[in-house]
Amino acid sequence: MQITSLRIDLKYLTMFPFDSAKKLSFSRCISDGDLVIVYEKHDNMKAVKVSESGILQNRFGVFKHSDWIGKPFGSKVFSNKGGFVYLLAPTAELWTLVLSHRTQILYVADISFVVMYLEIVPGCLVLESGTGSGSLTTSLARAIAPNGHVYTFDFHEQRADSARDDFERTGLSSLVTVGVRDIQGEGFPDEFLGRADSVFLDLPQPWLAIPSVSKMLKQDGVMCSFSPCIEQVQRSCETLRSDFTDIKTFEVLLHTYEVREGNLWSWQDNEGGSMSLKSCKKRQRSTNGLENASSLTIMAKRNGESRGHTGYLTFARLKCTV
Amino acid sequence: MSIIKTEENSNQDQNPRITWEGCSVLLDINDGDRVLFARLTTGSKIKIGNKNCSLQSLIGCPFGSSFQVEDGKEGPVLSRVLQSTEGTNLQIMEESRDNRRLVDNNSAQSLTGEDIDEMRRKGASGDEIVKALIANSATFEKKTAFSQEKYLLKKQKKYAPRVLLRRPFARSICEAYFKKHAEKIGFLRVDTLSLLLSFANVSAYSDVLVVDMLDGIITGAVAERLGGTGYVCNTHCGVAPYPINIVRMFNFNNDICQRIVHSSVSELHSSENGPSPSTDPLEDACNIRSQPNEQILSPSAQHAVSMEENEDGNMEIMTDVSASPKVVKGTKAGRKAPVEAIKIWKANGFSSLIIAAPNLDAWDTVKEVLPLLSYSASFAIYHQYLQPLATCMHNLQVEKMAIGLQISEPWLREYQVLPSRTHPLMQMSATGGYILSGTRISGSDQTQAK
Repeated sequence: MQITSLRIDLKYLTMFPFDSAKKLSFSRCISDGDLVIVYEKHDNMKAVKVSESGILQNRFGVFKHSDWIGKPFGSKVFSNKGGFVYLLAPTAELWTLVLSHRTQILYVADISFVVMYLEIVPGCLVLESGTGSGSLTTSLARAIAPNGHVYTFDFHEQRADSARDDFERTGLSSLVTVGVRDIQGEGFPDEFLGRADSVFLDLPQPWLAIPSVSKMLKQDGVMCSFSPCIEQVQRSCETLRSDFTDIKTFEVLLHTYEVREGNLWSWQDNEGGSMSLKSCKKRQRSTNGLENASSLTIMAKRNGESRGHTGYLTFARLKCTV
Repeated sequence: MSIIKTEENSNQDQNPRITWEGCSVLLDINDGDRVLFARLTTGSKIKIGNKNCSLQSLIGCPFGSSFQVEDGKEGPVLSRVLQSTEGTNLQIMEESRDNRRLVDNNSAQSLTGEDIDEMRRKGASGDEIVKALIANSATFEKKTAFSQEKYLLKKQKKYAPRVLLRRPFARSICEAYFKKHAEKIGFLRVDTLSLLLSFANVSAYSDVLVVDMLDGIITGAVAERLGGTGYVCNTHCGVAPYPINIVRMFNFNNDICQRIVHSSVSELHSSENGPSPSTDPLEDACNIRSQPNEQILSPSAQHAVSMEENEDGNMEIMTDVSASPKVVKGTKAGRKAPVEAIKIWKANGFSSLIIAAPNLDAWDTVKEVLPLLSYSASFAIYHQYLQPLATCMHNLQVEKMAIGLQISEPWLREYQVLPSRTHPLMQMSATGGYILSGTRISGSDQTQAK
């Protein structure tokens, strides 16, 4: 009985397709057991495992999973009250937005930059510590797939277990191995000596782990250390100078923009000048924008609130000595 | 689609961390002052200062190794310098010296240009000249330790230039272009490129549709992530595919090259019966716009080129004219998309989309290519300007074609980290362009809405 259920597991849509049969496609429909991202709004999403008898309840009403099965990913589905949500296939970016935060996590700007700057390509062996909530790990796995591997370590046993469960859920278990280990205290395991293409550290005292990193990396391999505080960066860089070259520290952020269509009045016809942009927009929509001496303009502005700091990313390349 | 194995995988078993004859390398001269691409052949040469150095000695060396110019029997050669592991750990917490006694009257250096030439004639090495310059500088000792270090570095760069051997990756290629010829890649910064790959969810086994009018930087970066699985299809309107010269700077093996294809947008849209006639106004417009590109590279020319055509001085690309035919054999990325692949894309849709077309209207282009994408698939559109993306985002919202729409502008700042001297770099790139990202949705339920 158990064996059959395992086999079925492999048929489910995983976050990344491991062969062409599991690719996203017009004909790839949601089935029992699939992990879907339920999208209400851009800032309101949830990961749900579809089950024949399952229901989802939110402010829009009650959604029956059985209504979802057989629909293509990307479909709009309705609740008993006529409210709707969209059902999306999981991606590393969506997962970062829905995963349960057991620790502070890395977001898309840092993640993307790290993966590219560490020169991670399919087939690479990557070491990571700590695992945290597994946000970066998911993207590392995507980059090394199909034949590479990520070995990630966290000294917190429960956190490591939860991360392992998550990778099981998202179908990444064959690409990621989670270990429980204090990397600052013990360094990475000897089995990886000289085998790592890239190493990523997110530790409170990264300088303690750097000597081990230099033993694990292949010659010319790249490491990255993520630290929120400049003092941590300072100490790490001092330690890095003995075995590493090309030491660079960056800060990367993302500004997002809000776009709206607004009615801008001409100077002469500005009788009702106190009207807010928002009400103009509504009126314009219904009247097709022809009656007033005003023009519809699409305008973009930066969102008011944004992340001001995440952490410093310090990259370094192992010196070539042979 | 199974992965096609071919016989001629000459560089398949090659250790990718050691150079081989015919491989593409990135040479970083003096810590990023000059970056150039080269193919390592027995005859290839680069010019450093006024010396033409053979690159032969670089073949078989590990990537990451450094070289210095030395005089050999048959002219200047690059000889390997082993990096020490102790490094220059300059610890200055308290500095008592300052620049109060520094007078800028150009009399501090007693060694003249003739003296240096004389030293050179006698065969002095670059390092020896630097030592002599320091010994003859009246002010060197009075400088702060930090400015001594700066002085040393400056003189070393001039008299004893270092060449660093780098692997050509999307990262290093994008950085090299951004630094020297940003206009050739549409001012696409490396962090922006990395975000495009993330937002479009590029992963192994994906079928990635791109509109890459940035000379192949997008195509190459995607192919690097696919690692010989899936496909990256560069679609174009009109008859001629867009040039992808940059793809040849990556050391892609045949498996990866096989996966880099092109197809016209009308072919991707056409029904089983064959390509539909080009009645699309967008396509006609593109036909006109892409004319200049066609002259650079016709589709047939794309299959057998070394990097020579880039030697118009735009990017410093070095190749020996007598490059062995082996070099040419390895680089045939960018064939026409196979018919079976097109059939599969029509049935399944593409799994990702990236558009980077500085001269095309974003909305016009998206309207045309978004229907080729699977439902729930992610896309990312790059533009150097904000407005075209704002309009495009608005229209996508109104037409209910996509959700999760977001315009992002990446910001990247580098820091100098030194004991007691940590601060952001004095210069930074003010813009890396804008990205519009989102997820395509299934439109079949639209009538039921509300």
